[in-house]
Amino acid sequence: MTEPYTEGVPIADTKAPEGPIEKRWETRRFTAKLVNPANKRKLTVIVVGTGLAGGSAAATLAELGYNVKSYCYQDSPRRAHSIAAQGGINAAKNYRGDGDSVHRLFYDTVKGGDFRSRESNVRRLAEISVEIIDQCVAQGVPFAREYGGLLDTRSFGGAQVSRTFYARGQTGQQLLLGAYQALERQIAAGKVEMNARHEMLDLIVVDGRARGIVVRDMVTGEISTEFADAVVLASGGYGNVFFLSTNAKGCNVTATWRAHRRGALFANPCYTQIHPTCIPVSGDHQSKLTLMSESLRNDGRVWVPVAAGDSRAPGDIPEAERDYYLERIYPAFGNLVPRDIASRAAKNVCDEGRGAGPGGLGVYLDFADAIARLGRDAVEAKYGNLFEMYERITGENPYEVPMRIYPAVHYTMGGLWVDYDLRSTIPGLFVIGEANFSDHGANRLGASALMQGLADGYFVLPATVGDYLADGPFPAVSATDPEAVEARDGVESRITRLLAVDGDRTPDSFHRELGRIMWEYCGMERTDEGLRKAIALIRDLRAEFWTRIKVPGTDEELNQQLEKAGRIADFFELAELMCVDALHRTESCGGHFRAESQTADGEALRDDEHFAYAAAWEFTGTGEPPVLHREDLTFEYVHPTQRSYK
Amino acid sequence: MKLTLRIWRQKGRDGKGRMVTYTLDDVSPDMSFLEMLDVLNERLILSGEEPVAFDHDCREGICGMCGMVINGVAHGPERATTTCQLHMRHFSDGDTIDIEPWRSAAFPVIKDLVVDRSAFDSIIQAGGFITAPTGAAPEAHATPVPKPDADAAFEAATCIGCGACVAACPNGSGMLFTAAKITHLGLLPQGQPERYSRVVDMIDAHDEAGFGGCTNIGECTAVCPKGIPLETISHLNRDYLSATAGGKHPE
Ligand SMILES: Cc1cc2nc3c(=O)[nH]c(=O)nc-3n(C[C@H](O)[C@H](O)[C@H](O)COP(=O)(O)OP(=O)(O)OC[C@H]3O[C@@H](n4cnc5c(N)ncnc54)[C@H](O)[C@@H]3O)c2cc1C
Ligand code: FES
Repeated sequence: MTEPYTEGVPIADTKAPEGPIEKRWETRRFTAKLVNPANKRKLTVIVVGTGLAGGSAAATLAELGYNVKSYCYQDSPRRAHSIAAQGGINAAKNYRGDGDSVHRLFYDTVKGGDFRSRESNVRRLAEISVEIIDQCVAQGVPFAREYGGLLDTRSFGGAQVSRTFYARGQTGQQLLLGAYQALERQIAAGKVEMNARHEMLDLIVVDGRARGIVVRDMVTGEISTEFADAVVLASGGYGNVFFLSTNAKGCNVTATWRAHRRGALFANPCYTQIHPTCIPVSGDHQSKLTLMSESLRNDGRVWVPVAAGDSRAPGDIPEAERDYYLERIYPAFGNLVPRDIASRAAKNVCDEGRGAGPGGLGVYLDFADAIARLGRDAVEAKYGNLFEMYERITGENPYEVPMRIYPAVHYTMGGLWVDYDLRSTIPGLFVIGEANFSDHGANRLGASALMQGLADGYFVLPATVGDYLADGPFPAVSATDPEAVEARDGVESRITRLLAVDGDRTPDSFHRELGRIMWEYCGMERTDEGLRKAIALIRDLRAEFWTRIKVPGTDEELNQQLEKAGRIADFFELAELMCVDALHRTESCGGHFRAESQTADGEALRDDEHFAYAAAWEFTGTGEPPVLHREDLTFEYVHPTQRSYK
Repeated sequence: MKLTLRIWRQKGRDGKGRMVTYTLDDVSPDMSFLEMLDVLNERLILSGEEPVAFDHDCREGICGMCGMVINGVAHGPERATTTCQLHMRHFSDGDTIDIEPWRSAAFPVIKDLVVDRSAFDSIIQAGGFITAPTGAAPEAHATPVPKPDADAAFEAATCIGCGACVAACPNGSGMLFTAAKITHLGLLPQGQPERYSRVVDMIDAHDEAGFGGCTNIGECTAVCPKGIPLETISHLNRDYLSATAGGKHPE
């Protein structure tokens, strides 16, 4: 195979202001043009998504005076996938006086991202983190508190400071309900038009500017075109390309992929975060994977049998025949090594035939020592709800039998490319939250996605959208404009085509098969050979999809199989781009491990000389080679070092 | 294991529904209830029949999207468990299982097991928030919150808005849902300025949306997957009385 992509011109300007890094966000806010209040009332912004990013953005834009049209595929904005986040949200408040600061959070995030993120953005994120906590407390988010009534924090994901704010194991739920309530207040005030059970199926670009979307009413099947002065995508991540992931079942790439097809560059699609502590697959019926909070690794010890093929019950395996492999390989960090390292180590021991449980795809997470040391009550106080959830799903009691865990796809760092203003390469199209690529580089730190979603939605976007809109007013657009007609016709004919195939395979059967290809070849470990094979397999499967898919029912009703089939069709195209991106990046970095690029002792080997850039891909046609545009990354404040956890 | 399923099928809002019987003979005890329905749907699609429509998303018991009445009980036989977290090991080989949608005047059926719960959103719109414009917030530590209040507010705030309380209530009341939000916000210092207008406005919206009145039967809390206690309704009643009798509400 020749190289499946071509080189394009580099990205010259990210619009980050010059000058000392701690002044850049202030500078940008000052230079941003303002829209006067009377004009805001005449302007409309479409926001797709009601998670932390979209919910907070829609509420804030409405407060500022804009008219907002908001969309989500669930039956209520309160159910966006953000609701499922458990662990917490980072903020550089330094309430503990343990040496935290904005600069340290900035530093940790750039380093944690394995030096593949943009310094200016990350610095801004760290700065805004403190305001987020103030905002959420004012909204009534019931964060955990200490006896003195002040906010409690914990250290999370191997951070050396205690900067993670939390609400039991339901931080995402509480933060999202805060944003949702602010959004409902604006709906009641008539500033937000809420469209739940509506799915965006295309972007409308007129005269080079994003001016609207094509949506399907998921209850009636009606297709409509909706217009605005700017469009914001807050549609979340694309982890479900793997079929099995910790994401909600409906999470999809359609909104961002359709924008990509319309000209928005897609950056670093191969950067996927695989979380080490999830409940293993129990059978072919498995429909999703459940995350067990990372905090379990604070007290649980990870092990597998020393001998391959040892099928004894864990209690029958004597101490001497157990391999506490994380403690053995990484004596300095032990069970607390970062997510990517813990995940790959689990894969390696399972590949050696030493995995636990059905299919040998699991490792033990054992609390026997913790129970002996702290007592059962103390362990229960700390992890009781997690143990209960585990037992509910597996039917096993983790106080008596060690838990079994296995890595699962959890988060996607890649997404639509955005500049410092969170603007994509299509003027008027902004992208926020997990849907963009901006702040986490090649690996995201625990408790930083919630922070980013809310920073984007409450603080960054409301400031930068105004700067764009101040250039208006833009010419009026309507459903009869040729661009709108073309987009709408495209959506309709695709739906007609999906229904017309009437083949013999279900949407889920294709999705599962695509997921298996991605997990095998574009998962925890990637190779040149494997990725090339995956690209060929994906193309074949995509062709088969369009001749054998069976979608029952019609397009004029609630049709969940039709929704699925449309999302899978887009996943196929994304999957190919992910493999191309993974193939071209011959270094290992963060969540991307290339078997060809490792140190003598099997650790990831980054290649700063050739790969210190973000890869932004341009769409040229389905199955056609995409064009690579590089955004060079420069590090003025945090100097690249190789990570070491030994 | 082998199961007989009797499932409510209804084409659309105005369609006339009926129970339809299906059998499945390859159900694994490790499956979740929704995975069992996935298996049924795969088979229905391939045999040219309409798959069963049901709402779900997170499948982790937190988004509140799933919900069915299983053998007459909202979310099925396990206490404090959403439908998506219910596993087939709680059923036995040869069982017959009845599966129906939430039934309530305020939640019209859209199709099969899918209902319209937007009435819940309208209750929140009426006052289920704290007015706190972005960017105007005081420093978070400016107002300490006693831990017991913070913890109790959190307990009430864990409501996932699934609607099981309404489905279980013989009156079709949404009072547990409404009370959970009033308790959450009313226990926090930030929630005080709007405390009394909130309770009156939310109860008005509750009644307008077509929910029935609360007569303290307690079926709601028995099926609540988050165990929201009946005391939250007492809290709501106290606030409502203060607001209306004590003249704290402007009206
Ligand atoms: C199990 C789990 C636990 C996690 N725990 C943590 C944690 O402890 N800390 C942390 O920082 N991060 C955590 N994360 C990550 C974090 O939750 C997410 O990255 C974040 O919530 C994403 O927010 P978002 O607003 O970008 O998107 P989402 O919350 O995913 O929202 C997407 C929105 O877009 C809408 N949408 C999508 N496609 C369309 C379409 N085509 N048309 C219309 N609407 C559409 C959806 O309806 C939804 O409203 C966790 C993730 C998982 C899976
Ligand atoms: S699917 Fe989210 S609670 Fe059941």
